[in-house]
Amino acid sequence: MTLQNRSRLFVFIFSFLVWLALTSARDVEEVIAGLIVAALVTIVAGKFLITSEKSGHIIRRIFSAIKYLIKFLWEMTKANLHVAYIVIHPYLPIKPGIVKIKIKLTKDTAITVLANSITLTPGTLTIDVNPEKKELYIHWIDVLSTDVEKNTKTIGGKFEKLLTEVFE
Amino acid sequence: MRLLRWFIGLLIIAAFLYGNFFIYDGIIFYKLINVILFCALFVLFRVLFGPSPADRIVAVDILGILIVGLLAILGLVFDQSFFMDIGLIWALMSFIASLAFAKILEGRYLDD
Amino acid sequence: MTREVIGMVFILLGIMFDFFGVLGLVRLPDVYNRLQAATKCVTFGSAGILLGVFIIQGFNNFGFKALLGIVFIFLTSPVAAHAISRAAHRSGIPLTKETIIDQYQEDNELKD
Repeated sequence: MTLQNRSRLFVFIFSFLVWLALTSARDVEEVIAGLIVAALVTIVAGKFLITSEKSGHIIRRIFSAIKYLIKFLWEMTKANLHVAYIVIHPYLPIKPGIVKIKIKLTKDTAITVLANSITLTPGTLTIDVNPEKKELYIHWIDVLSTDVEKNTKTIGGKFEKLLTEVFE
Repeated sequence: MRLLRWFIGLLIIAAFLYGNFFIYDGIIFYKLINVILFCALFVLFRVLFGPSPADRIVAVDILGILIVGLLAILGLVFDQSFFMDIGLIWALMSFIASLAFAKILEGRYLDD
Repeated sequence: MTREVIGMVFILLGIMFDFFGVLGLVRLPDVYNRLQAATKCVTFGSAGILLGVFIIQGFNNFGFKALLGIVFIFLTSPVAAHAISRAAHRSGIPLTKETIIDQYQEDNELKD
């Protein structure tokens, strides 16, 4: 089975399951309509889900994905408490600035997930990506240092190792 | 001066919360919906008086996400699941609208 | 009964964080800081409300719609934040006076 056909099969099964969950299908008509909709989705967007062969064992990748998710939720809770502290404080203790960090990831999906995670974790917001030079520009609400290497370790280092295990 | 402004804001919020949770007589879901509407009032303040266009775009984007939570609570009150359909579509449309506004703000237009 | 209590706790927490996020949208000094506070807190708050609705409703179609809403909000709101902040910076909306460094500006000037 080629890569595109495998991607199409996966998209078909996934969208059909989502349809069943959303409509709580009781009749035959709803199931048939779900099959038609899933087929349409597969024709239009089927080949974009899996675009390259992944290396590494699938169970180990799922395990590190779960580890990543737990770490991400914990960081996000910390981020929200931090923002709540800043907002309630009468004098707004902020020291904002835009810094630059380097990334080592190569795949587009991994870079997107990293940028989104950085946006949702404490005090940082991704502004732009430079894919050729592998740099991210980040707005930081409380700048601790202006050194590129140090900032790379502080901001991106938390997620980059786990994401390397998941995606590459 | 700054402390005075902070204190006035605190008084307004405390008065609203006291009135909402101890004087207003309704079921708990209505009280929660009142809090979200109060938040939406703040967001509308930013839409009206935002000094730059980007502030207004941010406020509209945030309003879209707030409405999703509001519709979920409304669905619980009336026990109807179609409110959540409206919420999902609202989130989708507000996301696309934010992207389009950002593109126009950047100076590129839709055929670019 | 226990399920409803846990769900209500999540909904209350979500509304609290919504409120903090909107407060940040009003109080902080420039677009980028407002975007930070609002995106983080309002995303987390609305996701909390939807999670509470899912816990109260259980595994029927309302609950699944709420779960889909959580996934959707987590995927779209950071992307909208990137788009708006990049457009704001490129269209020349200034940062606040308290800013201490702007490496994005430096690199873009070198490129031009």
